[in-house]
Amino acid sequence: MTTPAIGNTTLNIVLFLLFVGATLYVVWRVSRTTSTTTSGYFTGDSSFTGTQNGFALAGDFLSAASFLGIAGGIAVHGYDGFVYSVGWVVAWLVGLLLVGEMMRNTGRFTIGDVMAYRLRQRPVRVAAALSTLIISFFYLLAQMAGAGGLIALLLNIHDRAGQSIAIAGVGLLMIFYVLVGGMKGTTWVQIIKAVILLLCMSFLTAFLLGRAGFNLSSIFDKAAKASPLGSAVLAPGDLYGRNPLDFVSLALALALGICSLPHVLMRFYTVPGARDVRKSLTWAVGAMILFYFCTLVVGYSATSIVGVDRIKAAPAGENSAAPLLAAAVGGPVLLAVVAAVAFATILAVVAGLTLTASVSFAHDIWSKVVRGGRAEPGEEVRVARRTAVVMGVLAVVGGIAANGRNVAFLVALALALAASANLSTLVYTLFWRRFTTAGALASTYVGLLSCLTLIALSPVMSGNPKAIFPDANFVVFPLDNPGIVSIPLSFLAGWIFSLLSRDKGDPRLRREMEVRALTGIAPDDVDDELAPLPGPARRLGRRYAGTGRAVASPPRYR
Amino acid sequence: MTQIFAPPDEPSSIDMIHADPEFAELRRRLRRFVLPVAAGFMGWYMVFVLLSAYAHDLVATPVFGSVNLGVVLGLAQFVTTAGITWAYNRFAGRRLDPLVASLKERAGVGR
Repeated sequence: MTTPAIGNTTLNIVLFLLFVGATLYVVWRVSRTTSTTTSGYFTGDSSFTGTQNGFALAGDFLSAASFLGIAGGIAVHGYDGFVYSVGWVVAWLVGLLLVGEMMRNTGRFTIGDVMAYRLRQRPVRVAAALSTLIISFFYLLAQMAGAGGLIALLLNIHDRAGQSIAIAGVGLLMIFYVLVGGMKGTTWVQIIKAVILLLCMSFLTAFLLGRAGFNLSSIFDKAAKASPLGSAVLAPGDLYGRNPLDFVSLALALALGICSLPHVLMRFYTVPGARDVRKSLTWAVGAMILFYFCTLVVGYSATSIVGVDRIKAAPAGENSAAPLLAAAVGGPVLLAVVAAVAFATILAVVAGLTLTASVSFAHDIWSKVVRGGRAEPGEEVRVARRTAVVMGVLAVVGGIAANGRNVAFLVALALALAASANLSTLVYTLFWRRFTTAGALASTYVGLLSCLTLIALSPVMSGNPKAIFPDANFVVFPLDNPGIVSIPLSFLAGWIFSLLSRDKGDPRLRREMEVRALTGIAPDDVDDELAPLPGPARRLGRRYAGTGRAVASPPRYR
Repeated sequence: MTQIFAPPDEPSSIDMIHADPEFAELRRRLRRFVLPVAAGFMGWYMVFVLLSAYAHDLVATPVFGSVNLGVVLGLAQFVTTAGITWAYNRFAGRRLDPLVASLKERAGVGR
C-alpha cells in the first residue's frame, strides 16, 4: 500500500536543493577564509562569537529526533511527549554550571584533552576517544535511519532502493560539508538551519495561538476532543504508564546526557574563551525554551487539526506530525520549507557528529597515542579527513540497513552512554582533586560496558514482537533505558578506583589544571612572579564583597 | 650535616597563583554557587519527573481551563531553567570575572 505524499513533491525538492546550494556556497566561502591548520579544521580557529555558537548548539539539538519526534510524540501521546521535551531544556544547565567554561579553559580539541591534562595521557585518551566514537556512531545511525522515513514522506519515494539512494545522497553531501568546511563550515550550516527552524516554528506557533484566541487551554480542549485517547491525552501515562521506572531512567539520561554528548562538548572549543562559552549556553537555553514551548503548541494543534489516525498512517509515523500540520496550515509552501529544514537538520547534525568522531580519532588516538605526539604538521588533519570519510560510509551503510527498523532506542542509548561514560569522568576531573587515572578509566569503561550490556539484555533486543530479535528471548534487565543503573555505577566506579589506586598523579599538574580551569591562565603566559595583592589578604572577603567594579583594575605594583 | 635530599623545586608561578588567597576565594565562590544550584535543579527536575511517572491523578488536576498541574509544572521547569541561567550569568559577571581579571592582571597575562 502506498500513501500519497503530502504537498507538492517538486516544490519540496526545489526548496531542499535551494537550501543545499546556499549552504554549500557558505561552506565553500568560509573554507577559503579558514586557516588550513589543525585548529582551523578542528575548531574553526575558535573564532565564533558566543551568540553564533549558541545557535549552533541549539541547532545540534533541533535534530530530527527532537524537532519531528517530540512534536509527533505530543500529537499522538499527549502529555508524555511533553514530559520528554522538558529534559531537553533542563539539560543545558549541566553544561552551563558544571562543564562548559572549565572545559574550554583546559582543552583544545577533544574530551581527551581535558582528562589528559593531569592524568596519564595514553590510557585516558584512548578511553575518551573510544567513548566518543561509540556514542557518535549510535547517534549517527539513529539520524541516518530516520532519514529514510522522512524521504518517503516528503519526496514521495516509497521503494527501499530509492530510499537507500537518498540516504547515500545525504551521506555524500555530509562528507562533502565535513571535508571542505571542517568545523567552520559545519557550524555555519548549523546556525543557518537553527535560525530558519526557529523562525518557522515561531511563526507557526504564533499563528496557531492566534487562531485559538491566545488561549492555550482551548488548544488543549480541541486536542482532547479529537484524540482517540480523549481527555487522557492531557494526562500522563499513555507512553510511559506501563513502566514508570523506565521513564525515570530515560529522564535521568536526558538531563545528564545531552551536555555530555561529544559533539556538544566539542562546540565549546569553537569560541575564543570561557566567557563566550557562557554566552553560547545562555543563547542555547533561550532558543531551546522557545522551541519546546512552540513544540507543545504545534504538537497539540496537530492532534486536532491533522488527526492522530492520519499521523499514524503517514509513512514516517509520528515524525510526520509537524510536516502534516505545516501542510494543513500553510499549504505546500510552508510544508516545503519545513521539509527542507528537516533534511537540513539531518544533514547538519550528521556532519557535526562525523567531524567530532574523526577529530577525536585523529587527535587522541592517532596523533597522541599512535604517534606519541610526534605527528608531522598537517598529519592530524589528514587523518581526520580520512576518518570522516570512513565514518560517513559506515553511517550510510548502517542507515540503509537500519532503515524502516525500530531504532528509536538508539538516541536514548547514546544519551545514556554519554551520561554514564563522559559526565562522571569530566565532573570528577574538574571538581575532585583526588581523582586518578585508574578512576577515569573505571568511570569511562564501567559506564560504557554497563550501558551496552544492559541494553543487550533489555526488552529492546529480544522477548517481544517489537524487539530487534523478536524470536529470541534473553531479557534479564526489565528496562529499555539503562541510565538509572549505569550512571550511578560509573560515578561509583570512578570514586572507588580513585581511592584504591596507588598512582595519585602529579600534584603540580593538578594545581596547574585547577588554575587553568578556573582562570584560563596557562603556565606559558605568566610572569615569573605574581604581583602582590592590593591590601592585606585577610581583608579579601570584604574588599571583594561589593559589586566587583573596584577590582576590575587593581593598582599595579610594578 | 650535609643535605641528603635535594631541596624541593622552587614553586612555579602557577603554584603561586594556586596558593594565592584571591584564587582560593575564586574557587570557593564558584563551588559554593555551582554545586548546590546543580543539585537543586536536578532535584526539582526529578520531582517533576517522579510526579509525572507515579502521581498521574495529581498531575492531571486542572489548574485553569484544560491546562493541568503537570503542564504548569513542566512550563515552570522552563522558567526555572531561564532563571538559573540568568542568575548564573549575573553571579559570574559580578563575583567571578573580576577575580579572574585581577589574577590575570597580577600574573601579567597578555603582557
